[in-house]
Amino acid sequence: MSSSLHLERAVVIRGLVIAVLLVIVVAAVPKLVGADWITTFTSVAIYSLAALGFGVLYGRVGMISLGQIALLSIGCWIGTRLAYATAIPFPLLLLVVGGIVCLIGVIIGLPALRLSGLYLALITLMFAGATTVVLGATQFPNGGHGFLGYTSNSSLIGLNAVRRPAMATSDVAYYRYVVIVAAIMFLIALVHVAGKPGRAWASIRESEPAALAAGVNTVKYKLWAFGLSSFMTGVAGCLLAAQIGEPRAITFQTQDSLTLAATALIGGIFSLWGAVVAGLFNQLLPFIFQAQWGFNPNFLLILFGAGLLQVLLTAPGGLTEQFPKDMANLGRLVWRGVRRLSPPKKEPPESAKETTEEPT
Amino acid sequence: MIEVQGLTVRFAGVTPIDDMSVVFPDGTCGLIGPNGAGKTTFFNVLSGFVKPAAGTITAFGQNLLKVSDYKRARWGLRRTFQTEMAIEKLSVYDNVALIHEHSGAKRATRKDDVLKAIEFVGLETAPHAKVGGLGARERRLVEVARAVVGKPRIVLLDEPAAGLPDEETAHLAQVIQKIPGEVGALVILVDHDMSLVSACCETTAVVDFGKLVASGPTAEVLRDEHVMRAYLGTETPIDDSESGSGVGAAP
Repeated sequence: MSSSLHLERAVVIRGLVIAVLLVIVVAAVPKLVGADWITTFTSVAIYSLAALGFGVLYGRVGMISLGQIALLSIGCWIGTRLAYATAIPFPLLLLVVGGIVCLIGVIIGLPALRLSGLYLALITLMFAGATTVVLGATQFPNGGHGFLGYTSNSSLIGLNAVRRPAMATSDVAYYRYVVIVAAIMFLIALVHVAGKPGRAWASIRESEPAALAAGVNTVKYKLWAFGLSSFMTGVAGCLLAAQIGEPRAITFQTQDSLTLAATALIGGIFSLWGAVVAGLFNQLLPFIFQAQWGFNPNFLLILFGAGLLQVLLTAPGGLTEQFPKDMANLGRLVWRGVRRLSPPKKEPPESAKETTEEPT
Repeated sequence: MIEVQGLTVRFAGVTPIDDMSVVFPDGTCGLIGPNGAGKTTFFNVLSGFVKPAAGTITAFGQNLLKVSDYKRARWGLRRTFQTEMAIEKLSVYDNVALIHEHSGAKRATRKDDVLKAIEFVGLETAPHAKVGGLGARERRLVEVARAVVGKPRIVLLDEPAAGLPDEETAHLAQVIQKIPGEVGALVILVDHDMSLVSACCETTAVVDFGKLVASGPTAEVLRDEHVMRAYLGTETPIDDSESGSGVGAAP
């Protein structure tokens, strides 16, 4: 009874801390940093969702998918196309795009019913490569007509940017909107992970025969994971489309999927916080390297490589698991050092003790 | 009761179960035999992981082979594995609750049923403790708790005492002995520890080279010269008609 009370209290405290952090991120951060930082933090939130999708698949179910950036770009494409073609409200647009990408993700997940490990990674990487090629050939929609919605007529290009929600047209307002949508996606992931699907995924990750013996419909739950992961990544793609306004200006490279996987592993694949760290590594670090320090951000690949090696060898739980442990160890070390440096307490001499204890 | 008739399993050129017929009555039944005799393959057939080339398995009047693999837990089949498979990332409670929620048991009784199963196996660990931090004994008990939760009809225990010291095996024996009476399930126990089999099983079947060597009351079977020869490696399988009563060769 007391242990369950203790647990509930821990959950409440954790929830409060997250709520306070969210308020700081939404309300205080825009007042403290400039416009370029706000754009970067918006990208951090968006890429955190893509990393979250990777984390759900690999960290929870054990299925490695290297097609997350491809799904992000597909979400971006569909979001752009539908934004030009329809006038549906933005939240509905997010749901529709998420739903379509979810279906695509489930189709990609079908080979996962038969494949795992390296083979699944290769198949999904090939899918990412194919998406890059197709998007390169078809271009992003720019307000033209037809299925592709692309026109090469230069007088029409750039007339209308992909619309943002009416309540969040400015960069700061859109940043807040994206953070709140990302928080909702993280909450959905948390509900899944802590509930029946999460337990089923954990059992599949541990052993598929054991999961079957436990009554888990492995086909359903694997496809469910692909669907959820793709839905969140599709929503992220749609958010990205509205952030950029003119998505044809960006290019998605196949290797971005590998970088996302590496940063997700460095951040911590078994924790939802790991996805936030991955988003920071993916978007904030290149911004700091390039815009703040003037370095070529490609050097980050070396850093990520070294970080990945470190994680794989010494800290499979990633930074989110290792960092608190390291801080606790450092704290203990400092405390021991302080105790050693402080003068020992003076104790009364033995003879004095004996005198006081003995009856007179 | 489980009735196995003419069960044959083939993997390419290997026949790990060869026209085996055996009956497991209610209670706790032992299934023993040397390494490679076909015991785990038989469990895998019961679990639906392996499709037999021939034969039937009738459990409580139902053709078990027609039930798809993951639906067998809902039907009432539970099992443990030679290599313990408790889920490290989940808590003790969630490990047991997983089986409860996927076996069709009522949600309203989940908490009570799960805690009862944990108590039944004598696990003193806090239910919210992560399994990854537990020792071998506790993890084995978590597996057994998973096997007895949610009104099972058949519990298959594949070497549950492997790697455990004697005093922990004795505790496990007490738990296994209670299953038919308190949980109401038929138990089939595979183990190389003959003291555990003797302590838990009223009847025992012996297999070797995928065939039934002997079956009947455990004490008689363990004294059977065919069985001793099989363990010493000189026995050839006998005709089903020669085996005894209790766990018996099916007609």
